Amino acid sequence: MRRRPDDGGWNPYFAGALVGLLAIASAYATTIWLGKTTYLGASTTFVRAAGFIERSIAPDHVAANTYYTKEKVKVDWQFMLVLGIFLGAAVSSLTDRSFKMERVPPTWERRFGPSGARRAAAAFLGGIVAMFGARLADGCPSGHGLSGLMQLSLSGFVALALFFGTGVLFAHLVYGGGEK
Amino acid sequence: MNEQYLGLLTGFLFGFLLQKGRVLRFDKQVGAMLLQDMTILKFMLSAILVGMIGIHLLSDLGILKLSHKPMNIGAVVLGGILFGAGWAVMGFCPGTSVGALGEGRWHAIFAIAGMLGGAVLYAELYPYLTTTVLAWKDYGKIGLPAALGVSHWLIIPVACALYIGLFAWFERKNL
Repeated sequence: MRRRPDDGGWNPYFAGALVGLLAIASAYATTIWLGKTTYLGASTTFVRAAGFIERSIAPDHVAANTYYTKEKVKVDWQFMLVLGIFLGAAVSSLTDRSFKMERVPPTWERRFGPSGARRAAAAFLGGIVAMFGARLADGCPSGHGLSGLMQLSLSGFVALALFFGTGVLFAHLVYGGGEK
Repeated sequence: MNEQYLGLLTGFLFGFLLQKGRVLRFDKQVGAMLLQDMTILKFMLSAILVGMIGIHLLSDLGILKLSHKPMNIGAVVLGGILFGAGWAVMGFCPGTSVGALGEGRWHAIFAIAGMLGGAVLYAELYPYLTTTVLAWKDYGKIGLPAALGVSHWLIIPVACALYIGLFAWFERKNL
């Protein structure tokens, strides 16, 4: 086993195990401070952020929407968690020099060429489909995957298997399997 | 501590570790889906293994509560399939997209914009979905131990053995 990846990152088992400890500490801290055990997740924040944007254009429409009312358009613990992910990744990458401005990722470029517009359009369309799916399933790889499997949730096992299984199928269709 | 500060601090540490584990990148995510680079699975299953033991210990001691998401069959199955398809094309998941932006991979901004659009679309269609897909069959907020009618301390060692077995296989295959 390589102790460190080639690019100076941490061993993924080690970094992952630390996330496991963080998840335990976080479940404990939210129980104490929020009065309710709250697990790591990310996708509900996209609903709240979308609600904020939509509310600035059509406030009455958002107020009347049952889903926004259910999920509550507000800056809560998870909203700040998602902002924190951005900051943590920025600090980590800037301090170990792995920060890199990237317009088109290498795997994408090998298959679809250097066009930034093509990559942007695909990321946008993929994003719409993925978030619609995450909201329907009521979770993403953080909420269903990490937090769900940690708790041995039945829905977590089914969701993660489908996320990954369908992901494998589509990745092979889109990027073509085999060539490394 | 205030709710927002606690979230920000937790997120900061989460983002820092996600970046150090190098799991935020498009190439790592798609690499896993192409079954060529299992870094994200090593990372994720290690977190799950450690968290699973700790969370269940604290839950047994009455210190915290489990919070299962509902096993609503239509929602989880259709949602899971749609998410997987979008994830492969986008190359990020919701949490890692903002982290990828933080490490300079700015094309993640289009993925984030798309996901905000997907959230709007879902909110608009929600009333229709509650009477269709979401109304099919809901098995409720249930854990695997309750579904199988056994103690979680019987499942946890089996899950640990399974995850460690996968790690051994990844390393042997140099994935």
